Amino acid sequence: MLGNLSLSSIPYHNPIIMGAVGFSILVGLIIVGTITYYGKWGYLYKEWFCSVDHKRIGVMYIVLAMIMLLRGFADAIMMRAQQAIAVGSNPGYLPPEHFDQIFSAHGTIMIFFVAMPFMIGLLNIAVPLQIGARDVAFPFLNSVSFWTAAISAILIMISLGIGEFSQAGWTGYPPLSELPNDPGTGVDYWIWAIQISGIGSLMTGINFMVTILKLRAPGMTLMKMPVFTWTALCASALIVLSFPMLTVTLALLTMDRYLGMHFFTAGHGGNLMMYTNLFWTWGHPEVYLLMVPAFGVFSEVVPTFSGKRLYGYTSMVWATIAIALLSFVVWLHHFFTMGASANVNAFFGITTMIIAVPTGIKLFNWIFTMFRGRVQFHSAMYWTLGFIIAFTVGGMTGVLLSIPGADYQLHNTELLVAHFHNMLIPGAVFGYFAGYTYWFPKAFGFKLNERWGKRAFWGWMIGFLLAFMPLYALGLMGMPRRMDHYANPAWHPYLVVAFIGAVFILGGVIAQIIQLVVSIRERNENRDLTGDPWNGRTLEWATSSPPPYFNFARLPAVHQLDEFCHMKSAGTAYQPADKFFDIHMPKNTPAGFFIGMLCFAFGFAMIWHIWWLALASVFGVITTVIIRGSEDEPEYVVPASELESSQARRLKQVATVEPTASSCNDDGDDSEGAYTAA
Amino acid sequence: MSTEHAEHGHGGHEVSLRPYITGFVLAVVLTLIPFLMVMNNSASTTTLVVVIFSTAIVQILVHLRYFLHLRFTHEQRWDVFTFVFTAAIVLILVFGSIWIMFSLNHLLM
Amino acid sequence: MTTDTLPARYAPTEVVSHAEHEEKLMFGFWLYILSDCILFSGLFATYAVIGHNTAGGPSGYDLFDLRYALVETMLLLFSSISYGIAMIAMKGDKRSQTLFWLVVTALLGLGFILMEFHEFHDMILAGNGPQRSGFLSAFFTLVGTHGAHVSFGLLWMVVMMFQVVRKGLTAPVQSRLLRLSLFWHFLDIVWIGVFSVVYLMGVAT
Repeated sequence: MLGNLSLSSIPYHNPIIMGAVGFSILVGLIIVGTITYYGKWGYLYKEWFCSVDHKRIGVMYIVLAMIMLLRGFADAIMMRAQQAIAVGSNPGYLPPEHFDQIFSAHGTIMIFFVAMPFMIGLLNIAVPLQIGARDVAFPFLNSVSFWTAAISAILIMISLGIGEFSQAGWTGYPPLSELPNDPGTGVDYWIWAIQISGIGSLMTGINFMVTILKLRAPGMTLMKMPVFTWTALCASALIVLSFPMLTVTLALLTMDRYLGMHFFTAGHGGNLMMYTNLFWTWGHPEVYLLMVPAFGVFSEVVPTFSGKRLYGYTSMVWATIAIALLSFVVWLHHFFTMGASANVNAFFGITTMIIAVPTGIKLFNWIFTMFRGRVQFHSAMYWTLGFIIAFTVGGMTGVLLSIPGADYQLHNTELLVAHFHNMLIPGAVFGYFAGYTYWFPKAFGFKLNERWGKRAFWGWMIGFLLAFMPLYALGLMGMPRRMDHYANPAWHPYLVVAFIGAVFILGGVIAQIIQLVVSIRERNENRDLTGDPWNGRTLEWATSSPPPYFNFARLPAVHQLDEFCHMKSAGTAYQPADKFFDIHMPKNTPAGFFIGMLCFAFGFAMIWHIWWLALASVFGVITTVIIRGSEDEPEYVVPASELESSQARRLKQVATVEPTASSCNDDGDDSEGAYTAA
Repeated sequence: MSTEHAEHGHGGHEVSLRPYITGFVLAVVLTLIPFLMVMNNSASTTTLVVVIFSTAIVQILVHLRYFLHLRFTHEQRWDVFTFVFTAAIVLILVFGSIWIMFSLNHLLM
Repeated sequence: MTTDTLPARYAPTEVVSHAEHEEKLMFGFWLYILSDCILFSGLFATYAVIGHNTAGGPSGYDLFDLRYALVETMLLLFSSISYGIAMIAMKGDKRSQTLFWLVVTALLGLGFILMEFHEFHDMILAGNGPQRSGFLSAFFTLVGTHGAHVSFGLLWMVVMMFQVVRKGLTAPVQSRLLRLSLFWHFLDIVWIGVFSVVYLMGVAT
């Protein structure tokens, strides 16, 4: 009846795990209690869980990412603490099998349940507004995508208290992840959580490609799109073209584990190297698609806070496209040491080095945008500047690792760990935080507290440098990654410094929590009444903050790049429209939430081999899809009068304040007026 | 009204049977050639491999043209562009994997 | 910026034409199809890499019956053209003809699935199931994934038949039938890859 599930699956004997479970349950109870106390369940369900509004889905994605960031960071600081003490005769406080689960969970959570949802959340909030659309192309699909991500995160959280998590690392390489070597539920939790969320991500990719290519405001040709939208387009294309490879790889591993097949087994004609190959055909595009939208955020933040338009828009776009294309021809650099011939390694080494070129172009573009600009040192700019400095270092070490000969020496050492954290923390996370600061007022109607925002930045920046610079040295000293215990006392001081770095980052995380609390408390002093708190340049600032559910009372017409900036210069930004239209908006639906819950039941049933439940939930998903797919009118009409009164309200509100800065610098900088649109 | 809008996209502009018949006949011929050649073992292995792959590629193009109605027209430019891009990625993934894995097998087995 | 006439602030119209709406749906579905191409390319690459690893078991040469595979291929090809005829009937607003050709297509598809099922069944009974070797794992998974897609297409077709009967050839029903058409023809293209790479290459080399 319950498959392999029994009471003995709960690890009572392990006080650390039980402590974590107790803490998670406590936090959960506090949240549930608070919602119940204020009687908000109905509101939450109707207005959020069933919502198909891209702004609300985006907010839910970011909330998910931030909660999972706390979990992933807790894993990180536990590992740092272990390595800071487990030298010589001291075994540390974590047994090896637990340490292995922690680093596997840390990687999986950070990539799939922090970076992905954070990025997708920012895309959801900003892209439809930037292109002057009323929603994404497929709002219902968007809701399904979110729920698949959310329930997969819940699956991972459940692995803490019921059964165990994978010990095979976030990449799940066989033979470690094959059944004989990991007969428990750990790898199965890993497989189903990322399989289900991966399918959701694929739907997001399709959704945003269609949204950007088909729903742009009239006049917005491709080369008049904001850079963030360009990066969103490239990231979506990368999702569509790479995530199916993850689906295949996981499916084949599932076949091995569940049906006794021989794809990656040691005997019977399996080939475990094929797993590594397939995994990285997805894995490399994946890490780029996490970073590319962050580059897009920087490309919005830098011009806005430099009071200048972006330097080298065209080169920025082409550099983004080049990075996206190149990401498909470098995957072998993750396994140079597997032993392919010199020709193969040389080919992939060279393609890897080439990637430094478009990335370098981008860095110069951001620097030249700031050059001779009036740079305001806003916290979003802090994240950007921190990124530019730290990311350059990380990029250099990437070029170092791309040389196969050097890689043979450095592969799987702490230097690699330092390198990819040095890419993803500044290159993705700092970008998301900059985007979070930048678009927060758009989503909620008030600004975040600056003082705590800057404190958070310093915590993260100093902590990041302290935590990862020593790892470069450790890598060169020959320390392998993922060690729960080591004998070499020379490594110890560096690992203590790294632990101190993690504590600084903890300070940054706490500062962010305080920032949110303080900002909510002081929201009335920091209201954004004009909808344009930063003197922005793109269309998301052309509507109120937060925008009405239909985004724009009248869709804008676009004539050039940075259209909103030109509207402000021409004095048309707050011009009332004289004619309104009836529009169609999608109806909210619980179907996405149901599908998510059924997928959860399916994943849980597969992990514990509860076959009847798995079949029943698949049947439920198919039935829900058929019912939903047969619905002919998922939309309703919003009358023109409602749009008209919405605009009137907004213009009245804008009139109560002096528009922040009606002067928007829309001349090109002297060096390049060439691409100014006619 | 309903027939007008249905003509956009991949539904194709043809309301006639002819392209389907053309496509079908071509597809049957392009299927029979490799099948009969392999069944009768009527050529060397290399020739057979060349025939199998060339007829397969031509037949895929026939299907795209006559059944999926993919055209290089302005309104289908995104369909064609994304298709060509995907095809390139498919080739990179398949032949890249084969190149890498055969190199590994050669050196390690 | 000094211009005599200010540029238009707002879009001239906001009426989304039906064609634009259809184009959006079609393009989204097209992207799904392309992502499915990548999925199959992963399976084909795996088959190419471990398809020779028979682990002492039978190879494709021992197992495949080309006449059987040719019949399967013909069933799919006929189902492609019959779906095409259904689409022509649909555009002529002929409901019962559309329904008839959908039934024909579904029966041909069902024939294909039953033949494949029979082939798998016999192989497994003879001890050559997917657990036998890396080659057979790759074979069953690649061919089986295509078969699963066809089965899903059949389920979709049955749902669409009900819709044609109950709702008639309304605009949304026609739009869904067009997407199913895309899916069905796409599966035929995948099958060209399957019979070439798996069956023909398996016997020829």
